[in-house]
Amino acid sequence: MAVRQISVFLENKIGRLAEITQILGNKEINIRALAIADTTEFGILRMIVDRPQKAYEALEERGFTVSQTEVVVVEVEDKPGGLAQVMAILGKEDINVEYLYAFVAPRGRGALVVLKIEEKKATVDLLQEKKVKILSAEEISRL
Amino acid sequence: MIWNKEYECMDRKSLEDLQLKRLKEVAHRVFERLPFYKRKFGESHVHPDDIKSLEDLRKFPFTRKSGLREGYPFGLFTAPLEKIVEFHISSGTTGKPVVNGYTRKDIQIWAEVMARALSCAGTTSRDVVHNAYGYGLFTGGLGTHYGAQLIGAKTIPISGGQTKRQITIMQDFKSTVLTCTPSYALHIAEAAEEMGINPRDLPLRVGILGAETWSESMRQEIESRLGIEALDIYGLTEIIGPGVAQECEAKEGMHLFEDHFLPEIIDPKTGKVLEEGEEGELVLTTLTREGISLVRYRTGDITHINYQPCECGRTLARIGKIKGRADDMLIIRGVNLFPSQIENILIQIDEAEPHYQLILERRKGLDELTVELETSPHIFFDEVRRLEEIEAKIKREIEDVLGLRIGVKLVEPRTIQRSMGKAKRVIDKRKLK
Repeated sequence: MAVRQISVFLENKIGRLAEITQILGNKEINIRALAIADTTEFGILRMIVDRPQKAYEALEERGFTVSQTEVVVVEVEDKPGGLAQVMAILGKEDINVEYLYAFVAPRGRGALVVLKIEEKKATVDLLQEKKVKILSAEEISRL
Repeated sequence: MIWNKEYECMDRKSLEDLQLKRLKEVAHRVFERLPFYKRKFGESHVHPDDIKSLEDLRKFPFTRKSGLREGYPFGLFTAPLEKIVEFHISSGTTGKPVVNGYTRKDIQIWAEVMARALSCAGTTSRDVVHNAYGYGLFTGGLGTHYGAQLIGAKTIPISGGQTKRQITIMQDFKSTVLTCTPSYALHIAEAAEEMGINPRDLPLRVGILGAETWSESMRQEIESRLGIEALDIYGLTEIIGPGVAQECEAKEGMHLFEDHFLPEIIDPKTGKVLEEGEEGELVLTTLTREGISLVRYRTGDITHINYQPCECGRTLARIGKIKGRADDMLIIRGVNLFPSQIENILIQIDEAEPHYQLILERRKGLDELTVELETSPHIFFDEVRRLEEIEAKIKREIEDVLGLRIGVKLVEPRTIQRSMGKAKRVIDKRKLK
């Protein structure tokens, strides 16, 4: 139930984000979610896209350092305390979240949250057991 | 002030006779004691008995740094180990460091040439020598110390660092002679200004500055900011340390102490000895050293030589300011460094051919080195923490191996200029010229 996320190394330079989104746009790749982790010197752009393999190849070909990382995408109720519920489940089991970011889902769905976790398998099992909705790669590309 | 008029003002003919006598002794000593030289002389079909004049030295093979490293640690000593009283070990050369072992007589020679060097700058027993060269394995600190002691000057063995404290000590102890790297001299000026002290008000009168390549414009800056005379000194660990050559107050080249070190200037490509005044690589033969004796050692330093007597009264030949290196060696804060050493460390981290660049800058008067490393699938992680760990690891390893604190910056692939398929490894932004 893991989803592939595309990560790109970025120096903090003007115009780099424009270039990446342009490359993906030209290949008709749709970005579902996007987040940037930044330090004073560099940043890591993380994206959930509809066709990760294609996005990976397109960026690599253009000379970017790209990697694919497996993340877990969960759907939480779009109301106060929605995310807290999921975090409580993970916290109780001492599961460490490396990072997370949320994105807006199409109408009729809850909020979607991308989680980077070391023990993916165990976490997915735990969350499913607790009736947390987990999205598959197919579901992501159909969004 | 001339420390040793007999030798420093000797007429050329007498000096050459002395050099020839000593050269014969050295050639015999290395030939008889070291298989390394026996082999090398044999390969060039020369024998110490072939030396009938100083020109005959030209037939002899060069000694290179790589040869010294083969002998690590004691293999090239020309005195028995029990005669050695001190070691100096040079930092940063590819692979093994270079060792110099000094006998008691060598230490006396070192004190003598450094006393001459300090005297070239007018130092007397009335002076307070503020010795900010690093004490330790680096030759700068102790070499200067021995010379200052021989003169009977009051020596402050302050070594490097804690600049503000140094300034306070200069004020309290009335330091008159500053010995340090030129970049540290500028750093002292900066630090004084930050403390609200006009650096020109410090009691310093003269600086004996070396262990780095520096320019005339840097001299002018140091002189005007610190209100001192800034004089250049030359030396290298392989030969003795500082005290091979020293500028006098005429500032027209550095007097090379030719009765101890025999200079030649060669074309670094062909090895041919060049005419007086022509620019080339300085080659030195030690004439009096016991612990280590080197014949035709290629220093890698580019300069020229002038045999005209100087207005100061010295007849010793003068070498010009060091213009640069015949190889790609960098000298940063007194540490010798080859880009290949950094590359060796990066290869272990990247597991592949690293794409990197060394950026050299001078900030607040101090040389700063930054390694820019292109990210690759081997050195890219999705987590900031792990990327920062890579930077920290490279920093740590370089500091461990080279003893040099540097900056590390990860950059995007293909951002480092490549010319003719070969990357330009060093970008030197220091203004030396």
